[in-house]
Amino acid sequence: MQLSVWTYEGPPHVGAMRIATAMEGLHYVLHAPQGDTYADLLFTMIERRGKRPPVTYTTFEARDLGKDTAQLFQDAAREAAERFKPQAMIVGASCTAELIQDDPGGLTEAMDLPCPAIPLELPSYQRKENWGAAETFYQVVRHLADKDIVAEPREGRPARANILGPTALGFRHRDDLVEIRKILDTLGIEVNLVAPLNATPSDISRIGAANFNIVLYPEIADEVARWLERTFKQPAVRTIPIGVSATRAFITEVAELAGADPTPALGDTNSRMPWWSRSIDSTYLTGKRVFIFGDATHAVAAARIAQDELGFEVCGLGCYNREFARDVREAAKLYGVEPLITDDHLAVEDAIIEAAPEMVLGTQMERHIAKRLGMPCAVISAPVHVQDFPARHSPQMGFEGANVIFDTWVHPLVMGLEEHLLTMFREDFEFSDEAGASHHAAHSPRTSGPKLAERTEEAPQPVIPANDANLWTDEAERELKKIPFFVRGKARRNTEAYAADQGRAQIDLDTLYDAKAHYAR
Amino acid sequence: MNAPTSLPGCDSQQARPILRERGQREVFCGLTGIVWLHRKMQDAFFLVVGSRTCAHLLQSAAGVMIFAEPRFATAIMEERDLAGMVDCQDELDRVVNRLLARRPDIKTLFLVGSCPSEVIKLDLGKAAERLGARHMPQVRILNYSGSGIETTFTQGEDACLAALVPEMPRQAKDAPKQLLIVGALPDIVEDQFLRLFDQLGIDDVGVLPARNARDLPPVGPNTRYLLAQPFLADTAMALEGRGAKRIDALFPFGAEGTTGWLHAAAREFGIDEMHFNRVVAPGRERAKRAIEHSRAALEGKRISFLPDSQLEVPLARFLATELGMEPVEVGTPYLHRAHCAQELDLIPPSARISEGQHVDRQLDRVREDKPDLTVCGLGLANPLESEGFTTKWAIELVFSPIHGFDQAGDLAELFARPMRRRDRLEV
Repeated sequence: MQLSVWTYEGPPHVGAMRIATAMEGLHYVLHAPQGDTYADLLFTMIERRGKRPPVTYTTFEARDLGKDTAQLFQDAAREAAERFKPQAMIVGASCTAELIQDDPGGLTEAMDLPCPAIPLELPSYQRKENWGAAETFYQVVRHLADKDIVAEPREGRPARANILGPTALGFRHRDDLVEIRKILDTLGIEVNLVAPLNATPSDISRIGAANFNIVLYPEIADEVARWLERTFKQPAVRTIPIGVSATRAFITEVAELAGADPTPALGDTNSRMPWWSRSIDSTYLTGKRVFIFGDATHAVAAARIAQDELGFEVCGLGCYNREFARDVREAAKLYGVEPLITDDHLAVEDAIIEAAPEMVLGTQMERHIAKRLGMPCAVISAPVHVQDFPARHSPQMGFEGANVIFDTWVHPLVMGLEEHLLTMFREDFEFSDEAGASHHAAHSPRTSGPKLAERTEEAPQPVIPANDANLWTDEAERELKKIPFFVRGKARRNTEAYAADQGRAQIDLDTLYDAKAHYAR
Repeated sequence: MNAPTSLPGCDSQQARPILRERGQREVFCGLTGIVWLHRKMQDAFFLVVGSRTCAHLLQSAAGVMIFAEPRFATAIMEERDLAGMVDCQDELDRVVNRLLARRPDIKTLFLVGSCPSEVIKLDLGKAAERLGARHMPQVRILNYSGSGIETTFTQGEDACLAALVPEMPRQAKDAPKQLLIVGALPDIVEDQFLRLFDQLGIDDVGVLPARNARDLPPVGPNTRYLLAQPFLADTAMALEGRGAKRIDALFPFGAEGTTGWLHAAAREFGIDEMHFNRVVAPGRERAKRAIEHSRAALEGKRISFLPDSQLEVPLARFLATELGMEPVEVGTPYLHRAHCAQELDLIPPSARISEGQHVDRQLDRVREDKPDLTVCGLGLANPLESEGFTTKWAIELVFSPIHGFDQAGDLAELFARPMRRRDRLEV
C-alpha cells in the first residue's frame, strides 16, 4: 500500500476516457460502481466541455455482486449502442470491476453488437492515467486501422502526415495543434489525420494513408507510432517542437521527410522569442536558478529552453511518469543535476527546498509548493487545472508557443531594475524581496521565518477609530470573527453602515443579522 | 402536468407515486463526505483504504482545499496487496503507524472502506480493533464504508456518524430529557441553533458530530434527537438502538422549515407557545425579508432536481412553499419516506418525485419538461447549459451554510443567481 495525499495521475481508465472524449463517434462502456462518474466533471468543469464524455458506467451496487453483474454490463452495452449509435465502442473495467473479473471484452464479443467493440485491459493496480491513454489509443488504432489503406505513390502530390497525440484534458493540446497545422501548411504538407482529438473511428481506418507520423505527445502516442512504423512502414517525427531551437529542428526534420523546402516555415516573422531573450532588458534572467518538474516530455523541453534560450541555470529536473524516466535521466546529465523520478509530491517539495531555486517550473502542485515557499512559478505540464484552459490562444509548441513561454516564465519574476532596488533597500519593511514582484496584485510572502515576524513588528499599525471598540457588543464581535476572513471586512463595513443608517447606537447580534438580511441578494 | 401520471416503475401502493429507476447514476460516492467531515471534526483523520481512483476522486472533488494540509489520505492498494504477496492487514498497520507517528495531533482515526476494499472483503472492523488496541487511549480507531457500491454522496456522512454512535457515552439513567442535534452543520449555523435553543429554554443540547470527535455527547432513552439533514437513515437507526427517540419535523430550510424544526423540539420539551413565538419571531421575520430579495427571480419558475445529496425533497418544499416555484421533477438518490413525510406532504402533487437514477432517461425528461432551472451535478451542468438550460450546481448546496433563519436568504440566492445571470448576460 502506498500512502497518498495527492496524485499526479489518475487511474488508467481516466486515460481511456481522455481518448474516448477526444474522439467523435466512439463510446466507452465502463464496468464501474456508482461514484466513478466523478471523472466526468474533469472534462465538463476543468476543460469546460459542453458535452458529456461519451461514457456509460454500468453502476453496479453491493447487492448486485452476488448476482449477475455480467448481465448488468451487457444491458448497459446494448443500451449504449442503441442510444448513442457509435461507430465503435471501447469496453473495459475500472479498478473495482477489475476485481470482480467479469471480462467486458469477452462479454461484448458474445453479444453481436452493431458496431465493433474494442476490449481494453488496463491494470488499475499497476498502471496510471498516461499509460491508460496510450494503451487505449494503441488498441483503438490497432483494431480500426484498415491495413489495405496505405500511402499512395507521391507522383507530385503533397506529402501527407498524421498528427498523433492530442487528447481531451491535455496541457494546451488544442492550441499546440493549431501551431503544428500552421507549420505543415507553410511546408505544403497535407494532414491525413489528427488523432485522437476530433477523429472518428472511420477516420482512424485511413491512418495508413499518411507518408509519415508526427508524435506530438509521446506519453500518449509513442506506442501507436511504433506500431505504425512496423505495420505501415511510416517513419515518425519525434522531435517535440517546444522552444525555438526544437521548433527549427522539427521543421527541418518534417521538411526533409516530405521533400519540402523548410525556409518559409523557418523564417516565420512572428517568432519574437529570440529577440526578446537577446534584448538588453532580459539580461537579469542570466543564471537564474530554476527547478523543473512535470511530465517527462514537457520537463525535458523546459530544461532545454531554460538553459539555452533564456540563459537560466537548471538546478533540478524531474518527472512523475516512470515510463519516460529515461529521457529525463539523459537530460539531467546534460545539466549536471540528479534526476528526480517520483510521483510523491512531498518528495518533490523536499527537493525544491533543498535546491532553493529562484523559480519553479512545474505542475499545479509545484505551483502550490512554490507559493507556500514564496517562490515565483510557472506551470509547464499536466495534471491540468481549469487555469490551463485559457480562453485565449496559448500554445506551447511552435514559434508562437515559444513566445507564450517567454511571457509566462518571465512574468512571475521580479523585473530587472526592481530587483536591484530590492537588493539595495532590503531592510525597507514593505520593499523587501519577500514582498514579491510589484506588478502582481497578489503578493505571496513567505508565511513563516523570523524575518517576517520582525517586519510585522516594525510595520505601522493601521489606525482604528476609537469609537469602534464600543460600537460592537462582545457577542457580535465574536460572531463576526466566525465569518470567513475574506468577506469579514465587507460584513463589518455593511453592518456599520446599516447601524448608522438605522440610528442604532450599538451593534449586537440582531443588528449584525438584520444587516445581513438587508444586504442579502 | 397537473396530475401525477402513472409512469413505468411507479409504486402505486404508496401515498403518492414515486418513479423508481435503476441505471447509470451521475453522483459521487460516500467518500466525498470526507471533504467536509475532516474540517468539521478537527481532531479526526480519515484514511481511505482504496485505489488510485479513490485518491483521484477526493482530490478532484476537494479541489484546491487539498493543499491546506488535509486531514485525509488514501492508502492506495497495489498489485502486490491484491496478489497476496503481502498481507493487506500488515500493510495497513504499517501505513497507520507511519501516519500516526507523523501526526500526533490525530485523536480519532477513521479507516474508510472503498469499493475495492469491500469487494476483496478487507475487514476494516478487525483492523480498527487491532490498531485500536495498540493506539488507545491516544487515538481511537473507527471504521465505516464510503464505498460507491454501498453509499451515495451524503450517505458517507451517515455511515461515519453511525460509526460514532456506539462510541457515545451512556446517558445517566435519571438524566433529564436531552436534545441532540444530528448532522454536520457549519460551525456558525450550529452556534445560531444552540443560541436559539438556549433562548427557548432548552439547555444542555448535544451535537453529533461534535467539533472534536472525542467530545461525543451522551445518548440514552432520555435523548430526543432532531435530524438537521435528511440523509441520516443509518445514524437514526443506530441512535434508536441506543434508546433515543426522533422528533419528527420539517428540515430547517427557509423561514417556515426552520420554524417548524424548532417548533417540533419546543413542543417535545414543553416550551410555552407564547415564549416560542417571542424567541423565534425576529429570526423568522428576518429570514422572510432576506428571502424576498430572490422572489422576483424565482416566483412562478419551474424547477427540476436531479438526484445528488438527498437534500432535494426539503429544498423543493422550501422553494415551492416560500418562493412560489413549481417543482417539475424532484429526483433524489434515496428517499427516506418517514424522515421526509412532512416534506412530501408540502410538495405540490403536480411534482414528479423520482428515486434512484437512469441518467439518460432522466435527461430525456429534462429536455421534454424544459424547466426554467435544473439542479444537477458538476458532470451534467455545462452540457445542459450548452443545450440552453439554466442550471444550478447541486454540490454548492452541500458546501454552503444554508440551514436556519439567517442563511435562508443565502439559500434562496443560490437558486436566484443563475437565473439573474442568464438574464443579465449579453454575450
